[in-house]
Amino acid sequence: MSATVAPPPSRLRLGDVLRVGSLGLRSRRLRTGLSTLGVAIGIAAMVGVLGLSASSQEDLNSKIRALGTNLLEVQASQGFGRGAGVLPDTAVAMTSRIGPVTAVSSLTTVTATVRRTDMISEGITGGIGVFAADPGLLATLHASLADGRFLDAATATYPAVVLGSTAAQKLGIVDVADGLRVFIAGNWFDVIGILDPVAAAPGLDRAAIVGLPAAETYIVGDSIDPGTVYVRTEDGAADMVSAVLPNTVNPATPEEVQVTRPSDALAAQEAASSAFTSLFLGLGAVALLVGGIGIANVMVIAVIERRTEIGLRRALGATRAHIRRQFLTEAVLLAGAGGVVGVLLGALVTAGYARAQDWQIVIPPVAIAGGLVAAILIGGIAGLYPAARAARLPPTEALRSN
Amino acid sequence: MSAALELVDVVKTYPGEPPVRALDSVSLRVDKGEMVGIVGPSGSGKSTLLHIIGTLDRPTSGEVLLGGVATAHMSDRNLSAVRSQMLGFVFQQFFLMEGVSALDNVADGLLYRGIAPAKRRAAAMEALDRVGLAHRVHHVPSKLSGGERQRVAIARAIVNRPQIVLADEPTGNLDSRSGAAVMELVRDLHSDGHTVIIITHDRELADSLPRRVSMRDGRIEQDANDLTSVESV
Repeated sequence: MSATVAPPPSRLRLGDVLRVGSLGLRSRRLRTGLSTLGVAIGIAAMVGVLGLSASSQEDLNSKIRALGTNLLEVQASQGFGRGAGVLPDTAVAMTSRIGPVTAVSSLTTVTATVRRTDMISEGITGGIGVFAADPGLLATLHASLADGRFLDAATATYPAVVLGSTAAQKLGIVDVADGLRVFIAGNWFDVIGILDPVAAAPGLDRAAIVGLPAAETYIVGDSIDPGTVYVRTEDGAADMVSAVLPNTVNPATPEEVQVTRPSDALAAQEAASSAFTSLFLGLGAVALLVGGIGIANVMVIAVIERRTEIGLRRALGATRAHIRRQFLTEAVLLAGAGGVVGVLLGALVTAGYARAQDWQIVIPPVAIAGGLVAAILIGGIAGLYPAARAARLPPTEALRSN
Repeated sequence: MSAALELVDVVKTYPGEPPVRALDSVSLRVDKGEMVGIVGPSGSGKSTLLHIIGTLDRPTSGEVLLGGVATAHMSDRNLSAVRSQMLGFVFQQFFLMEGVSALDNVADGLLYRGIAPAKRRAAAMEALDRVGLAHRVHHVPSKLSGGERQRVAIARAIVNRPQIVLADEPTGNLDSRSGAAVMELVRDLHSDGHTVIIITHDRELADSLPRRVSMRDGRIEQDANDLTSVESV
């Protein structure tokens, strides 16, 4: 009749932990919504920053891919003791003899203005520069045509011109079919093509490109030394080619030759934007911290308000651990809800901005997972103290307070 | 008759200057199936006695046996187990969860026993039927009258088939009619074989009970058995 052993211990099922832990949230919806906001904003900021930087990085990467890391730009150094700013006229021929070089083209600035008609004053240049190029330029730069065709061996000797995209727009030319001509240095040039924007050499967007022989005949009246030589190498051979280029292009004074890689500029841009990313991530972390403190605050208030509930639960057989688990669950659910809202918000902002910038939308999975984990962690930490306080509350005191 | 509750020389002092001796060497035996009123003015120690019997608090010295199980030196965890399985509480303020249906309020009486929700609800249904509220199971407390709320609370107290139902001023927040109905229900539970201990300061209510334990200054002043009652030995 008189068993002296304690009855089997109290148990709270996992599903019940979740139900009991969400009870307070469901019955105080406005407060739940407001206290979720802080964490949501913090997570949204972090996801948004990571998503935007990933999207812009993807955009830069695609630009670099289009450009190719195997494109080199060779120019003559300028300035006192560093040369006269011209390359030998053998530069293109010599460079094409380097083994891994697949394409070489020269591009040279010619002093002249481009006008729609001869009635327009010579002073109105529209910011358009005239360049002399060889027919291989299009292939070397991986550039493409919006309309018409590029110079070939024949048209390079005739007064024919290919316009950059901005230049065409400035001159009011959208189509080559009209048989339009432009006036360059006292001669009429047929417009035979219009370029798409050129990633490798953005300067070409404002250019009028004529063939090298045509420029010599119709504009300068003398032979032209190449200004810039573009070199396309086999994949992975850029560094090697870059090392031998100065000696090849100008064996007499190799120090007057300057070799750059256009993709390096974009890579540098990428590095610069990552500095901003860490700044904004820091701001997001601050918002998250404030959100976490808000949750801790709300939970402390909830514990004080719900003393009788705690007392009742202890009377119904809840252990201290059950009470602790209930309030910890509530804090984690609160922050977790903030995390979900924040991730959605951050993704939305990223998608909207990326679309506006015409970038590919990239939301890194690590940002989504990281955002949720961070929110849950914040909730757990924020709930630690209030939950411990709730668990420590003696049942008699909890029941007396009403 | 075996004892449902045995208090042996229970002393409870609260620290202070000077220390307060809330219970002074209280010994009490309640047999299974008995209905006892513990009565006394405020400050007599009856609330402390309720907490000690309900294992919500531990005595400073002495022993508390519930169904033969010694609880005075149990861990907090084991005391929780005792409460979840051996005791049912009815409070003056009902303590029902707002926004939760009567059925789920009653089912919460089994929450900490690790029983599946469907089984808890089935037992709760039965208990609500027992207190005459089978037609109000899906109502939330705010849609129930005071008397109905206390009946829901009583259903919650008996849903785990406890050894002892502990009621603290069960009619204290009710008008006299609802109070009488609730006491009627409590007497029915007693007739069904439940052991019931009622703490009250209400002399009239206490006088209607078969056994009355009067408290004063932390001591049992009088333990009166109604000789016409069958339960008294």
